[in-house]
Amino acid sequence: MAALLQHAGYEEERLLRVAQQMPCREVQAGMLLSLMGQPQQYSYPSIFIYGHRASGKSHVMHVLLKELELPHATVSCVECVSVALLFEQVLLSFFGCDAASLLPRSPSLSDFVRIYRQQCSQSPAKQTRYIVMEKAELLRDTDANLLPALLRLQELVEDNVTIILLSEIVWDKFRPNTGCFEPLLLHFPDYSKGELQQILSQDRHPSYTAEFYSSYINILLGVFYSVCRDLRELRHLAALNFSKFCEPLAEGKVKETDTHKLWRNIEPHLKKAMQTVYLREVSSLQWEQMQQMEEKESGALRGLSAHTHVELPYYSKFLLIAAYLASYNPARTDKRFFLKVDRFNFTPKNLLNHLLGPKPFPLDRLLAIFYSVVDNRVAPTASIFSQISSLVTLQLLTQVSHDDQLDAPKYKCAVSMDFICAISRTVNFDIVKYLYDFL
Amino acid sequence: MTTTSVSKGCFVFKPSAKKKKKTLSLEDHFTNGCEGADNSEIRFKLCQDLWHKIRADTEVLQDELNRKILDSLLDFTRKCSSTRQHSDWASQMRASEIPTAALVLGVNVPDHDMTFQSLSELLQQSVTPHVASVQAKECGALKHLMKRVLERLMDTVVTVDDEEEEETEQTSTQLHKSVHCSLSTLCDWYNAKTMKSKTGTPGKKRSSPVRDDPQQPPVVIIFKDLEAFNPKVLQDFILICSRYVERLPLMFIFGIATSPSTIQHMLPHSVSSLLCIELFQSLSCTQHLATVIDKLILTPQFPFKLNGKVMQVLMSIFLYHDFSVRNFIKGVQLALLEHFHSQPLSVLCCKKKEALLNVMQLSHHDLESIRHLLSFRRYVEKQEPQEQLNLFRDDTHLKEVCQKLIKDLRKYHKNYYPVLRCLHTLTSSLPRYPLGKQVRELHLICLEKNVWENEDYQTAMKLLKMLAKDELIASLQRCVEILQPVKSKKMKKALVELEELLAKFKQLDTVAAETLPCVEDCITSPVKNLQKKTDLFQLQKTLLEMNESRRAKKLSPFEVLRNEALEFIDGLVKSHLSPPESQTLNEVCYYSSSATVRRHLNATPRTSIQAALSSPYYYLQNESLKTEDGTVSNAAPDICIAYKLHLECGRLINLYDWLEAYATVVSAAEGNNPDSDNVRKVEEVKHARFIQAVSELEFLGFIKSTKQKTDHVARLTWGGC
Repeated sequence: MAALLQHAGYEEERLLRVAQQMPCREVQAGMLLSLMGQPQQYSYPSIFIYGHRASGKSHVMHVLLKELELPHATVSCVECVSVALLFEQVLLSFFGCDAASLLPRSPSLSDFVRIYRQQCSQSPAKQTRYIVMEKAELLRDTDANLLPALLRLQELVEDNVTIILLSEIVWDKFRPNTGCFEPLLLHFPDYSKGELQQILSQDRHPSYTAEFYSSYINILLGVFYSVCRDLRELRHLAALNFSKFCEPLAEGKVKETDTHKLWRNIEPHLKKAMQTVYLREVSSLQWEQMQQMEEKESGALRGLSAHTHVELPYYSKFLLIAAYLASYNPARTDKRFFLKVDRFNFTPKNLLNHLLGPKPFPLDRLLAIFYSVVDNRVAPTASIFSQISSLVTLQLLTQVSHDDQLDAPKYKCAVSMDFICAISRTVNFDIVKYLYDFL
Repeated sequence: MTTTSVSKGCFVFKPSAKKKKKTLSLEDHFTNGCEGADNSEIRFKLCQDLWHKIRADTEVLQDELNRKILDSLLDFTRKCSSTRQHSDWASQMRASEIPTAALVLGVNVPDHDMTFQSLSELLQQSVTPHVASVQAKECGALKHLMKRVLERLMDTVVTVDDEEEEETEQTSTQLHKSVHCSLSTLCDWYNAKTMKSKTGTPGKKRSSPVRDDPQQPPVVIIFKDLEAFNPKVLQDFILICSRYVERLPLMFIFGIATSPSTIQHMLPHSVSSLLCIELFQSLSCTQHLATVIDKLILTPQFPFKLNGKVMQVLMSIFLYHDFSVRNFIKGVQLALLEHFHSQPLSVLCCKKKEALLNVMQLSHHDLESIRHLLSFRRYVEKQEPQEQLNLFRDDTHLKEVCQKLIKDLRKYHKNYYPVLRCLHTLTSSLPRYPLGKQVRELHLICLEKNVWENEDYQTAMKLLKMLAKDELIASLQRCVEILQPVKSKKMKKALVELEELLAKFKQLDTVAAETLPCVEDCITSPVKNLQKKTDLFQLQKTLLEMNESRRAKKLSPFEVLRNEALEFIDGLVKSHLSPPESQTLNEVCYYSSSATVRRHLNATPRTSIQAALSSPYYYLQNESLKTEDGTVSNAAPDICIAYKLHLECGRLINLYDWLEAYATVVSAAEGNNPDSDNVRKVEEVKHARFIQAVSELEFLGFIKSTKQKTDHVARLTWGGC
């Protein structure tokens, strides 16, 4: 395997070490190496690497640059709230803090280029310098000139520098409509089942043999591979369930080699974990506690999504109900529901409004419905109004109009049908009777 | 002003320092406009003392209530920081997750501040000095959030050289400032910090024995109101933090008001998989309130009391509007202040000794007001004619009587609360809760009128008469526990009687064995008759007969005893649970003005505006504005006239008609004959005044311009004449 990673200009043993650290990515690494050329050679100005989450993009780049001791700067675009931070991190890792402090306040791209040139004339690159940008898709939201400029930074600064963009999105979604320099595209495909097995087997438990852990991973993948191929999630699941897997071993009932019995023991637990895959309902610590006490009553510890009940003040409940009605009933049907004179006859339209989602409604409609659904007379006090705004902060309602618009603000109801049914049950209000869709 | 100078000229008089600085103290505010000013100082002091005591007590209480959840949170942080250092396999696999506590606190957001306050204090004392809490409203964008976190973390320890940059950080476009606004700065700072403490003398640091690891204390970030945060900001922040989690032992605490599933709504899987979330649920606010009421209201400890209506107002604000215990206590404070402010006799609302002393110092004026008290007059009416005369004429005699009455009132309170609790323990387990689930509901019933005349009380008693033996014994046992610590004489006597009853119940076990078969006999025989074929009428008849016979049937010893016990309870209730209004001098302790409390705590802006517009006399107090009900004098302010006229219109108002009507009214007020010619033409001044009134109405939200019809405005309120 390591044979793939032979390249002139780098020491053999280093390449070997690199190869060990990234299983199943030798092809891509070899490709990258040949693109990069020998350290002192000029490299291609920009390389764009894309692939799904947890397909090893950052890891491969990190290992390569670190092990081969190439000058590089790694920047995560999430962290760069402003471009200034980006420029500064690059300058800092290439030329030290002095260079970074030369940048003026709110620097422009040309400031950056100027300082870069100034610095690199003092210390020209002996080896290719690499700038790695993680989550590069965020670059699209910054100034329009940033991405095109970065792609041909080599020309701009006249230095041996290469930009490597890492992203989960394909290049087609990046291309600015003014056109730009096309980077070299490199795709990191998803790991296959065998590869996942190989990678996951690497982090084995120190007190068990490699074969044992590998057989555990085999079982795990057998269960989860059909629903989840995310390496990170699988690793989380592996860590979560391993102690349970080892339990019969610790009790001395089974030998390490007796895979069948081990499988019989772990299978129900994996099935259970399957229900909450991706959800991270409970913390890993709680999961372990749960497994210990499960036979008795696992109902005691429930996941996050099980807690949907919200306790609200009495009038808040009615306000929420009124908001729900206002959001899901057409305004013209209000007369029919709340005037108590059956003058109109509508034919129901099969959940149409519920399929379309909540509609915005003005404040006075909300209050009008509120006063007709609440059973006793309510004075229009200040606290009724403040309850509306606290429902907004609790994200049970959303304000549609702008904050500044004091005159007739508009809202939307942001709760689900189940939620509102539960709420109206607590106040003995039959909401279904008032919903146009359910007539 | 005079000067000592003999020469003529200008003299500068600087205002004397004393005058200039005079700001009114609390006491001055209190005495100002206070009823019965002569003893206002004493009342102020009493009020202050009482309030301080109440506040201290509630704080202690709330600390206790929060203790459990705070302790478990502290344990969680400690455990997390200690597992980080362990190098076992499981914690290594988990190293990239940020430990997160989801703390569910309920929707009463104003109450959360105190919890978070004590949480961060506790954390700083026992786990880590690095705690930062952030609120959503100060973190609109990622950089603001970052800035707040850095500021608060580094501020706690380093201050001097950071101050400058924090000031300038306001404009984050400035490069040099935003350099520091990244987590790597924090990492460096943290490393420097921990290195220092490693090399420095360990004794110097605020190390408490609980702190298991002074070298690597976690960095805790508290998000006070998770729901209000912009999800994007939060996601980005978590992503950034996860990049540094290997170098920086970060930890989050999410304060959640609604339900934990909001985390899933706000964070996508790619973000939430970076967290290791554990759930903590705090006490519900209704339970919280129940405890506060239990310790604050339902106790003879505080002489100040709320009457039924005020309690009702405070409770309804809590249950219907905000769920906030803090606001409830604020309401109690308001009532307390109002009571001492407006009731001159509140000097007697204090501890027994002080009260007795204060009685002796009452002025003639105060005594006169005692004589006018409703409850006192009722008391006088019951006395002998000679005694009545004495009470009205002789001040010293009245003082003595007052002392006795004050003592009686105290005794009444001492007996009232234990009996209330006893009755509650008996009735709270009955089906459908005829007297309420919570003790506060029962309290409200008792405050209103004689509880034993209440229908629900009768049904409760009937239900109690059907109670099974073990249940009855258990609740009686609890009553004994309630009565045990009470010191009053009557309660001690009651306790003895109750214990005797209980003993009899227990003796019954041995006797019961013999009587049981006979009882079964009587019941089974009519049932046998039923086996025969009968029509519906017959069946009904037999059933009725059976019922009759069972009622008439001789009671078993248990039933006799049960009735005896219940009669005893009934007796207790009748002698001790009479409403406070029936007590003489209850006005001293009870605050009764529910309207004031309601007006202050639950303001009605709309109603006030409408009241001002429809009856301007209410606020302006100008005699010329006084009118009959429902009419507005034509001398009223323009806006009132315009308002009144607009009430007579439909949904759309023709502006010209409105103006005509307005001009007619106004010129009538000026004494012009409405029929004369010059009124026909509307004066410019009146026109302008009308326009102003209309725009004011628009500003207040009564009308708005409309495009449906030219020269018309739309009415926004409904109803009217």
